[in-house]
Amino acid sequence: MSTEQLTEVEMITCVIDGFEVTVPKGTLVIRAAEKLGIQIPRFCDHPLLSPAGACRQCLVDVEINGRAFPKPQASCTIPVETGMIVKTQLTSPVADKAQKGIMELLLINHPLDCPVCDKGGECPLQNQAMSNGRESSRYEGKKRTYDKPVAISTQVLLDRERCVLCARCTRFSEEIAGDPFITLNERGALQQVGIYEKDPFQSYFSGNTVQICPVGALTGASYRFRARPFDLVSVDSACEHCASGCAMRTDIRRGKTLRRLAGNDASVNEEWNCDKGRWAFKYLTTRERVSTPMVRGEDGELHEASWPEAIAAAAAGLKGKRAGVLVGGRVTREDAYGYSKFARVALGTNDIDFRARPHTDEETSFLSSIALDLKTTYADLDKADHVVLVEFEPEEESPIVFLRLYKQSRKRSLKVSTTAARISRGNHKLGAVRVALSSVSDLTAKSVILVGERAAESAGALSTAVALAEKSGAKLAWIPRRAGERGALEMGAISTLLPGGRPVSDASARVDLAAAWGVDSLPTTPGRTTSEILEALNKEDELEAVLVGGVDPMDISADALSQLLNTFVVSLEISHSSVTAIADVVLPVAAVVEKRGSFADWQGSVHSFDKAQADALSRSDVRILTMLSEAMGKSINLPTVSATEREIASLGKWDGAKINFAPIASGSAPHAEGNHANLTSWRLLLDLGTLQEGEANLAGTARIARAHISSKRAGDLGVANGDLVKVSNDRGSLTLPVVIIDIADDSIWVPRNSLNSQVIPTLGFSSGIVTVVKA
Amino acid sequence: MSKLTPVLSANWDQADSFTIEGYKRSGGYKAIKSALEKTPDEVIQLVKDSGLRGRGGAGFPTGMKWGFIPQGDNKEHYLVVNADESEPGTCKDMPLLMANPHVLVEGIIIGSYAIRANHAFIYIRGEVAHVVRRVQEAIAEAYKAGFLGKNILGKGFDLDLTLHVGAGAYICGEETALLDSLEGFRGQPRLRPPFPAIAGLYARPTVVNNVESIASVPSIINNGVEWFQSMGTEKSKGYTLYSLSGHVANPGQFEAPLGITLRELLELAGGIRPGHQIKFWTPGGSSTPMFTAEHLDVPLDYEGVGAAGSMLGTKALQIFDETTCVVRAALRWTEFYKHESCGKCTPCREGTWWLVQMLHDLEDGKGSEEDLAKLLDLCDNIAGRSFCALADGAVAPIISSLKYFRDEYLAHQKNGGCPFDPMKSTKFEMAGI
Repeated sequence: MSTEQLTEVEMITCVIDGFEVTVPKGTLVIRAAEKLGIQIPRFCDHPLLSPAGACRQCLVDVEINGRAFPKPQASCTIPVETGMIVKTQLTSPVADKAQKGIMELLLINHPLDCPVCDKGGECPLQNQAMSNGRESSRYEGKKRTYDKPVAISTQVLLDRERCVLCARCTRFSEEIAGDPFITLNERGALQQVGIYEKDPFQSYFSGNTVQICPVGALTGASYRFRARPFDLVSVDSACEHCASGCAMRTDIRRGKTLRRLAGNDASVNEEWNCDKGRWAFKYLTTRERVSTPMVRGEDGELHEASWPEAIAAAAAGLKGKRAGVLVGGRVTREDAYGYSKFARVALGTNDIDFRARPHTDEETSFLSSIALDLKTTYADLDKADHVVLVEFEPEEESPIVFLRLYKQSRKRSLKVSTTAARISRGNHKLGAVRVALSSVSDLTAKSVILVGERAAESAGALSTAVALAEKSGAKLAWIPRRAGERGALEMGAISTLLPGGRPVSDASARVDLAAAWGVDSLPTTPGRTTSEILEALNKEDELEAVLVGGVDPMDISADALSQLLNTFVVSLEISHSSVTAIADVVLPVAAVVEKRGSFADWQGSVHSFDKAQADALSRSDVRILTMLSEAMGKSINLPTVSATEREIASLGKWDGAKINFAPIASGSAPHAEGNHANLTSWRLLLDLGTLQEGEANLAGTARIARAHISSKRAGDLGVANGDLVKVSNDRGSLTLPVVIIDIADDSIWVPRNSLNSQVIPTLGFSSGIVTVVKA
Repeated sequence: MSKLTPVLSANWDQADSFTIEGYKRSGGYKAIKSALEKTPDEVIQLVKDSGLRGRGGAGFPTGMKWGFIPQGDNKEHYLVVNADESEPGTCKDMPLLMANPHVLVEGIIIGSYAIRANHAFIYIRGEVAHVVRRVQEAIAEAYKAGFLGKNILGKGFDLDLTLHVGAGAYICGEETALLDSLEGFRGQPRLRPPFPAIAGLYARPTVVNNVESIASVPSIINNGVEWFQSMGTEKSKGYTLYSLSGHVANPGQFEAPLGITLRELLELAGGIRPGHQIKFWTPGGSSTPMFTAEHLDVPLDYEGVGAAGSMLGTKALQIFDETTCVVRAALRWTEFYKHESCGKCTPCREGTWWLVQMLHDLEDGKGSEEDLAKLLDLCDNIAGRSFCALADGAVAPIISSLKYFRDEYLAHQKNGGCPFDPMKSTKFEMAGI
């Protein structure tokens, strides 16, 4: 691939400050200078945004083949050419004076409030005013002032007088996020960033504007006035929210996470992230943390206990019992490995599943046979001729996938199709068209099929997608919603697979692993899935106990919590939850920022991170599982995360025979007539998810829950946009304002877990037949 | 040489000069007949050969601009006429459109045919409602007469002409800002390249021409290249409209060959208002560096004015006599540029903000010798540093006035304020009211 690309790109040599530099054709002068280590000051320039040439800070002298430009040129807008000689501020007095002049002008209206500005200490204006500005200002006039700050959304505040009008934020919103909700208004010195009248900046990616603002004009409402940059300790980390795989930076002050920023990973998130990744970390401190182990006493109440006491109580409840393990989709790879090994070694069972969500045997078969061999990457999206979204909403469920698709959509009108019941806002931005998966026929080897976790909710969808990929040669990818699912699958936190993709059903795989683990044998009985484990807990002679990781039962089904009631439950949790409330033993574990670990993104790429809050005392799940296994006399021998990493690496991946995928026939959508409707739903990026708790500013930009119906249904019901409808079945009802859109007449769509619209707890299912009436 | 050469203004004394009948009576709509007989390339060559240069200020050869449009590219092409005349002092296009809108319509038909455009636009400044109405009526008449629309004159050429009314921004006279505004966006200059000839209106090859440039084309078609070249100077061919305003006895439009001098024009205009002497003047609007009495014999063509240190610009000759305070004039112009700066780039946005404050102080007598140095240095940090030419124009009156009238700036300091009586420079003061 690389040689093919290298021969394609024409290289150009030019001279900057007397040094020759060779760069690909099209490279901007400012970027070519960087290659030589020459830093030309800039504000509006950003490598991922289209050139603006607005701030004029990067002026340099240019001549081409002996002909000099009569005036200095903005190095952020002109590409290098053969025979070009560039003189920056380092060698041209004219460029140097031009830059100092621009800097002086930028500062005449800029307040001297650096001591109270969030950006002070990490501010490009501050830094470059020192490196490329005059010693002092000659300005004696009146500074422009405004009311401040203006909330352009609940999360982003604007201090207009600090703004240097570089248009980075507006270009980002339009070009990268496709959300042109902020723009430059007015003119001359009164030009300012603004929103359209009362429409706030409702973008899932708005936080990036704060990060790329070269001054303190845009600040995050939650971080404003919280810290000085030089008091923060920055740690590279990975995002724990979705499977996009964003690199992150976590900023800690005195043991507390104060903010998180998008990290740079050109192959994944480039330099962006979504607002959930950026701002949803208060869950760490919002709910009451489980700070000590707890054991339920004879009085039926939980009591604080010492670690030995609690471990002993848990071990007593699990030892020799038929127990299952519910892992949840949010664990790190290392912790997932711990759960997987714990189930097999300490509990002697394959009853383990990471899926805390609706799932089917078809999906189990898909995950155990094909999913781990999929090699599709972001780069494939960049090159795709057609992307088919199967029960997958990129902007809501994996926002960086959305940004990649949007980039290609904008650049070359990438064809996007979706099986969704309606075209969401994100898919609208992609220009996606609705298709029935069975009728997709024009795929090529350059096409990509992105299958979401919700494909499991639609019988035969996975089978059809697999068949389509096989037939056309198109690339297939499985994109779960949670950060830990892909890693948990690889680590064997599922009934059918052992770590490294080793099939439980394969004797040689079991022998291999048993030898590596130093145990006599591994369990051979086929394991149960999440729902089967829950059912078995309430049946005589089946399961007697369960070990629960970070799982919210309501994500699985309305009945899941009650299914946990009459059994022995060991809960590993960071905060008190509905599971800890009924658990017999509660063991506190470390949150992501408090531990070392890694996540595998949807591509399978591993993103490792170190403990961000260095002085946190909490232990990772794997450490606690080791203590527990030792107390049970069947140690899993994983005393630290590092030891776990080494063991995972030494095991490697299974290269033997794979399980065959067992496709099934497609089911047909249930038919609905009259007042009945076929309800579909998905989660919005910002909703009532547990990890978003405690961040009101973020919640303020969540989309309002609305019931989406066709104009025919609206006519039949006699409702207009905004009128309320009642969506119900025999378990409960939701009352929501309607929005009339292009959706099948027999269908209705509502958000799955939003305010006033919690589908699973209320209706007991995530999709099915409901009754819709005017409320 | 000093004789007027009325072409565009030839019929302005007719009561119905602005109607299609009036225009036809004076030979209008003849040129399109012969133009449509030629191939588009022949028309372009003819305009190239004539030596017609853009009358909007920059003086770029019109035929060459047309020739930049890629032919046979199977894309829509557009002709856009810049009628957003808003430079202080500039007042040629509006009178022309008021009195003779059809000459522009005819020129547009020929120009569109030449560049193979089937849709042309006139972007007109919004403040001149009376002119807008005239042009609108003229377009309607031309459609009715079959000069616009489908299959013009049976030659198989289709052309639609849309009149777009601006919303009051000087920057929209800058061609790329004009295109943004025409597309419905906020008018701010675009990054070039791509140039409009490659990706202009709606990212299609586009020619943007000044009203007078396009209006000059029918006369070239009718009378030929030699006729056109018989007027003007070596590199500045043809006739043009000179607009005299300010302290002259008879201000107005004077259509004369390029290269005429202000001394000659003043003779035609009855001289400076009685009892006064010329002090300074702009050759082509406020953004062109000012001249003084010593420049009265500078030939007013592109080269002559350039050699004397200014620009021909729009040939808007604003004449100021000795009653005018040059600091006051420079400040008022700068206030205009500050108000009209679009805000996109730093030097223009912040620079004009600062300049106005400094000039205010200087006018109030609060400036010093060092402040003049600072003012000039500030102008140096603005000129040639901005995104478009607006800021270059903004500092032109300051730099040129300091060049010729430095002492007058200092006199304000000595005097503790402006030594002039502004009443004396007004017209009504002369009328004795």
